[in-house]
Amino acid sequence: MIESLVPAASTYAWEIDALFELVFWLVGFWFIACEGMFFWLIFKFKAKDGQRAQHITGDEKHLHRWISIPHMLVLVCDIFILGAAVKVWYDIKQDLPPAESIVRIVGQQWTWTFVHPGPDNVLDTADDIYKVNELHLEKDVLYHYKLEAVDVLHDFSVPVFRLKQDAIPGRVITGWFEPNLEGEFDVQCAEICGIGHGLMAARVFITSPEKHAAWMASESPLALAANIPSQGIGEE
Amino acid sequence: MRPIATTRSSSGMPTGLLAVWWVVASEIVIFGGLLGSYIMYRLSHDAWAGEAANTNTEIGLFNTFVLLTSSLFAVLAHKAAEAGDGKKAARLLYYTIGGAVTFVCVKAFEWNMEISHGYTITANTFWSFYYTAAGIHALHVIAGAIIMAIVAKDAAKNLELHRVELIGIYWHFVDIVWIFLFPLLYIAK
Amino acid sequence: MAESITTDAPAPADDHHGHEEQSFWSKYIFSTDHKMIAMQYMFTGIAMAMIGGFMAYAFRMQLAFPGIDVPGFGIVTPANYNALVTNHGAIMIFWVAMPVLIAAFGNYLIPLMCGCDDMVFPKINRLSYQIFLLSAVVLLTSFFVEGGGFGGAWTAYPPLSAKAEYSLTPLGSTIWLVAVALEFVAFLLGGINFITTAMNSRAPGMKLYDIPIVVWMIVIASILFLVSVGPLIAGAIMLLFDQNLGTAFFDPARGGDPILWQHLFWFFGHPEVYVVLLPALGITAEIITVFARKKLFGYRTVLHTTIATGVLSFTVWAHHQFIAGVDPRMAHVFTLTTLLISVPIAEMMFVYIATLYGGSIRLTTPMLWGLAFIAEFLIGGVTGIFLGASGADIYFHDTYFVLAHFHYTFFPIAIIGTYAGLTYWFPKMFGRMMNDRLGKIHFWGTIIPFNFIFIPLFLVGMGGQHRRIYDYSHFPELAVPWMQDIRVLATSALLVMISFQLVFFYNFIVSLRRGEKAGKNPWKANTLEWTTESPPPHGNWKELPTVYRGPYEYSLPDREDDYWPQNEPN
Repeated sequence: MIESLVPAASTYAWEIDALFELVFWLVGFWFIACEGMFFWLIFKFKAKDGQRAQHITGDEKHLHRWISIPHMLVLVCDIFILGAAVKVWYDIKQDLPPAESIVRIVGQQWTWTFVHPGPDNVLDTADDIYKVNELHLEKDVLYHYKLEAVDVLHDFSVPVFRLKQDAIPGRVITGWFEPNLEGEFDVQCAEICGIGHGLMAARVFITSPEKHAAWMASESPLALAANIPSQGIGEE
Repeated sequence: MRPIATTRSSSGMPTGLLAVWWVVASEIVIFGGLLGSYIMYRLSHDAWAGEAANTNTEIGLFNTFVLLTSSLFAVLAHKAAEAGDGKKAARLLYYTIGGAVTFVCVKAFEWNMEISHGYTITANTFWSFYYTAAGIHALHVIAGAIIMAIVAKDAAKNLELHRVELIGIYWHFVDIVWIFLFPLLYIAK
Repeated sequence: MAESITTDAPAPADDHHGHEEQSFWSKYIFSTDHKMIAMQYMFTGIAMAMIGGFMAYAFRMQLAFPGIDVPGFGIVTPANYNALVTNHGAIMIFWVAMPVLIAAFGNYLIPLMCGCDDMVFPKINRLSYQIFLLSAVVLLTSFFVEGGGFGGAWTAYPPLSAKAEYSLTPLGSTIWLVAVALEFVAFLLGGINFITTAMNSRAPGMKLYDIPIVVWMIVIASILFLVSVGPLIAGAIMLLFDQNLGTAFFDPARGGDPILWQHLFWFFGHPEVYVVLLPALGITAEIITVFARKKLFGYRTVLHTTIATGVLSFTVWAHHQFIAGVDPRMAHVFTLTTLLISVPIAEMMFVYIATLYGGSIRLTTPMLWGLAFIAEFLIGGVTGIFLGASGADIYFHDTYFVLAHFHYTFFPIAIIGTYAGLTYWFPKMFGRMMNDRLGKIHFWGTIIPFNFIFIPLFLVGMGGQHRRIYDYSHFPELAVPWMQDIRVLATSALLVMISFQLVFFYNFIVSLRRGEKAGKNPWKANTLEWTTESPPPHGNWKELPTVYRGPYEYSLPDREDDYWPQNEPN
């Protein structure tokens, strides 16, 4: 259901979409049942001339069942939802599969700075690629992110990944995602961070391994220093 | 003219007493939130033990003694009020106020000394908690003393003697908060 | 509370009636009469609702037509936008829902429904309103100081709220915080009054299970407020010091922790939802029983589920912080408690729906509002499950799905609940009936646009639209035409809804002057407030009533009348 509105571009996006649908059908059933019963009762028991209401206390066993049985059923539905929610949460937020690459994401008023590891695939080396408001990722690579904030709270949010994580000044938060769809998508800040909050937009570029390598070569500080024309390497 | 509502007692407890307990309940959660936050921070900041060593335990101990003594006077005042001796109750309440005044004066002296040594509210978060918690407590001491003076003035004329008990409950509460603050801020090093 | 007691002997009851003419000031401004204080709270709350509604108008116009010169407001800059959404939220909860639902109805109904002549501490009651009024004035001044109003969201997360260099509202943030703190003090004073009055001043014969549900709900809400707000008061003092004295309670660079504020805030913030929900549920209980001519389907069930909900509401706060960087293992616990709290609330809804069974339902204006509360609140309730399930919240956090969800709870609470109560007790408050036809026009003119505002917002929320953004053109995926169309639709529906409120004010004023005389008990209801004159005199009754039975004895088979007032001897 969500996928028809927002593409799914990470390996775990489907889990969240499936959880949404599970909750949607369970909760939808209760909603329709309650509202249906509610409106039926209103029409059925609308005041008529000369007809009195019944005196029912709610303690009558045969009537009270109408409350106590649904009550137990709601509890059963809750258990299903709980199980599914715990599973999805565990997979996305608690479990940390081994990384194939790593990016550092730094939020500050009001831009995102993305530090890409460069060709050596290691952060904090000379070939790191710093980009403002542009995150470049390779498809089907499992990334770890190191999320930081400079000044206030921010929130790294990529709707196509179904991922959100607050960035907190003074902490480095580690998480993961694995993009599996090529394209260019929105990155948001989903925690109010001052008057420029609405301007804090970035883009994520997910490309094939070849294109990603080409981009890396063109952006690598070493390549730029050597003043090699970037297109040349990309086309080889 | 007093509404009938104030004279009823469906719960069996006098209304004033009931209300004072609810006031105390609301105060407990305020101090609970503050001290809970302090304890959480303290557990993750071992360095605060060193800061706490710079507090003056002797002065803190002396103030604990002052408050406990004043609470004793509050108890005796309640006894006197129950016996219908308003004059005696008022005199004992004035002793309690004396305790409050001593407490605040000692506190002012203590803070003065600490601030002159550079331990101000912004020195670090331990001192921020130290001044915030003790400061809010001191405000309660001052407020309690003022209300007590009003109660004592009436009590001396044998009026509203039941209020002696109410202010006494509040005073014990203020005392108990200090019993928590003292070890947390001064002793735990 | 001490100053309310000035003499030793209680004054005889008739002293209240033989009183001399009061001056305007002592009658309307400095009155200690609970009914007058209720009206003060009510009208201040309604005035604040207009201000909060105007803010919604201004920022919804900006969202639908980015950059236009909003008629009556002007250009909405990013700083304006943030200040508007922040204060819209704060006003609607702290200065509308609380004063109207708890303070106004609590003040009006508790003494009348418990059969006494006033609150137990009338002067504290007056003080409570005066502090509340002061808090409202302080809040409004925050817009006119240098830097403008506070724009860090009603949750006021530090470090944004703690440092002027980040928020760029050096005075606005502090004034906002002081206003909120004053409001808390006002409601602590009021709450203690409500609790003690209901505990101690009930009419002779009124046992615990004879208390009308709405009184129970207001009292339980006051207790929830009193217990939950303490830590936030401590937090507000710490934040105030961070803002103005340079302490670092919430500053991570100097040993503080910004997450602590979130815990303190939501430990209050979640129970706060129930603080305003319960009075609205109580009002609904009174209305559906009267107009279905039915006993509540399980008085004790409602009471027990309310208490269960209240207790559970203290264990769910961190579901607002799933993705805030707290320990991920904690999410499981809070998902569990959040799903658990759906059980008592669902049960309560079942009871309300079941109460209609076997009834003789009269669809008067107050009944329509009462029923609409149930129908609309259900949507708010079920959509909460999506957000309480930790896994799904990763996606939905901070989207318009959240926004639509809580408007489906708060709108039924604050707006539908208020209109339900106001139309139901209007005859008692002012002695005249409201026009039913105009009432129904207003009802449909409010309910239909309401759904057209917020159902579409669920959709854009599912589409990933995040909150508190003044202009979506910077986000290519959110600037697509269908989303913009939805924003225009929601704004248009809001304009329709706001214009229909004029019908209510017209009806209100005309009915005040020319409405049909109501008499003591126009709805044939059981509770005590309907046994005195409309409007009740100072002192409420010539002779205070005695209670013989519970509040919902409707349609007993062996009685000629289909109602049985609580004060009628057997």
